[in-house]
Amino acid sequence: MSGLTALRKLDRRWIFLAVGLLVVVPLAVGIHIAPVQPSARARGFYDAIEKVPAGSTVLLAGDYDPSTVAENYPMHLAAARHLMRRNIKIVGLALYPGGPPLTDQVLRIAGGEYGKKEGVDYVNLGYKAGNELVMSQMGSSIPRTFPVDRRGIPVSQIPVMRGVQNYANFPLLVNISAGYPGTKEWVQQVVSRYHLPMVAGVTAVSAPEYYPYLQAGQLKGLLGGMAGGAEYEVLIQKPALATRGMDAQSLAHLFIAFMILLGNLAFLGEDKERRR
Amino acid sequence: MKRQVPFLITLLAGIFCLIGFFVPHPAIRTFYDEIQQWVIVIVGATYVLGVANLLRINLKQVSGRERDWPYKIVLLLGMVAMMIVGFTEGSHYLDPTSGFSWMYNTFYSAMSATMFSLLAFFIASAAFRAFRIRTLEALLLAIAAFILMIGRVPIGNAIHPFIPAAADWLMEVPQNAAKRGILIGAAIGVMATGIRLILGMERAYGSSSGGGGA
Amino acid sequence: MHLSTLPGVWISALLTLGIFSFLYKDNPVYKFCEHLFVGISAGYWVVLTYYGTIKPNLVDPLFGVPFTFDRHLLLVMPLLLSLFLFSRFFPRGDWLSRWPIAMVLGVYPALRITGFAQSDLVQQINGSILPFWVAGNAYASFNNILLVLGLLATLVFFFFSTEHKGAIGGIAKVGIYFLMVSFGASYGYTVMARVSLLIGRVMFLLDSWLGVVRF
Repeated sequence: MSGLTALRKLDRRWIFLAVGLLVVVPLAVGIHIAPVQPSARARGFYDAIEKVPAGSTVLLAGDYDPSTVAENYPMHLAAARHLMRRNIKIVGLALYPGGPPLTDQVLRIAGGEYGKKEGVDYVNLGYKAGNELVMSQMGSSIPRTFPVDRRGIPVSQIPVMRGVQNYANFPLLVNISAGYPGTKEWVQQVVSRYHLPMVAGVTAVSAPEYYPYLQAGQLKGLLGGMAGGAEYEVLIQKPALATRGMDAQSLAHLFIAFMILLGNLAFLGEDKERRR
Repeated sequence: MKRQVPFLITLLAGIFCLIGFFVPHPAIRTFYDEIQQWVIVIVGATYVLGVANLLRINLKQVSGRERDWPYKIVLLLGMVAMMIVGFTEGSHYLDPTSGFSWMYNTFYSAMSATMFSLLAFFIASAAFRAFRIRTLEALLLAIAAFILMIGRVPIGNAIHPFIPAAADWLMEVPQNAAKRGILIGAAIGVMATGIRLILGMERAYGSSSGGGGA
Repeated sequence: MHLSTLPGVWISALLTLGIFSFLYKDNPVYKFCEHLFVGISAGYWVVLTYYGTIKPNLVDPLFGVPFTFDRHLLLVMPLLLSLFLFSRFFPRGDWLSRWPIAMVLGVYPALRITGFAQSDLVQQINGSILPFWVAGNAYASFNNILLVLGLLATLVFFFFSTEHKGAIGGIAKVGIYFLMVSFGASYGYTVMARVSLLIGRVMFLLDSWLGVVRF
């Protein structure tokens, strides 16, 4: 029993240290546990973009900020790469105040790789306050809701915005979402109302909430968390940050599952002792 | 007047937005769009109000030498520095080479990401200390959690392909059924509360709290 | 190992470690970082909101174009309502701040009523109208039946107008089992999310700062 008593009194900082090491070591050493297998949900995301005709313009909403950058950024970058590789123009925006610089970075990196020009092949409309109200108003007029891009250039002078009036001008909405406002609101305000096909890459915390949307056909594809991002990176054959993180992710998950079992074992003893 | 005017504003704004949804006639849509465009600006202004309030509270704490006041100076300096850099750079404030972008990457991005990454440590510690399996309900929860934790990462497939398949089934069938039940229940709740708010029947109405579309 | 020479990367790394120091115990370095974070984000929000919303949607159309009575009259409204918000700072005028808030309280519920009704009520019911018999596919048939029964049991659990006794109580109990599975799934996903965020930070330290690995 003394072993279990000691376990019950375990300083939580030992657990912190173990978590730290399980993440740092696989990333630093670069061990390889198992390949990433794309799921049907990630394939749905991929296929929806594959179906978009080259030369059309897609709305890419990056509704997240640095607090979830590890989960959302890899899928955002992968989506921008996939769209640009297929010669699809991008109208980017962010309904999180912390988002516009990340949208900028993603579009710039992907644009550099595929020789795309800002203003001609893509634009970052930046941030707008108002959450789902902005989505609703974009259905009436995008140029009125976003009169300028994030550089302050009027949208009437931006080639990629020519002819873009409302959702009718997009064949697909790609949403990278960290919560509110995000995927749920886009589905409510845009998919339901304007019947615009939509795919979403979301944080793992929020992913389970969107399975009913996926099953009902309101979403054509769904990437959940860094693992979802990794699956999509494999599909577009550009393994990057998310794929590299999967070994550490696997080990940390195993450890937390083990902690649940160990905790139950340790405190099972306590219950028995108390009863005595 | 102090109570009736806000009540009328809420009622009219709410009704116009509801009618505008169902009746896309240009006359109605003009009002509908106009009201919504105003509110976009108002919501923006509420954020500025929030920060102005933060500034006021912290200035008060510093001048009163209240607890932790030296840290409040750090807070104020950070806030003011960010605003000075942003506003002096004008519309180029978000260019990759701007000072504002540098501060975003160096301070905001780094600290925001790190703050939330702390939760990884706490969830591991909580798994050890708080996750007790004593009832059938808790057992079901634990089994689902285990299958998901192992089945959603590559190691699950390496152990046995059955694990990710089980995770998929769990997510698509029983999990989906319960989540859909929650969605439907919440939708009815939101609709009922929404109607009460528009009709001024909610108790919070007219108090100084609320707003922001949160 | 190629240690970074960029001051920005060093500051970020030191702030990251400063925040991690909280794991050992609460300390002045963490408190410093915490307050700096709140200040920096507040300043950032003001700048973003001004350039992203207030300038393009209010200031520029109001002051940046020649005066037209109709257009400017309409733009004066959001300007006034926004200014009214700040009447909270003046004890005798704070009732004015309820006007813009009242407008917000009218618009958002209206948007949500229609949004939730369409996507979370009607389309969810629509998505649950599934065939109980899929020819030649017993597995799909079983899943469809389970999904619908699970949904009904969950809804019964949330129906509090009748006491959960007898048959209703039994069905509600089944609903609880479904809910427990869904909470377990959410827990698993939450673990995934938290671990990913830590991976992101460790990647920054190992790559941009220490230069141990390139990701």
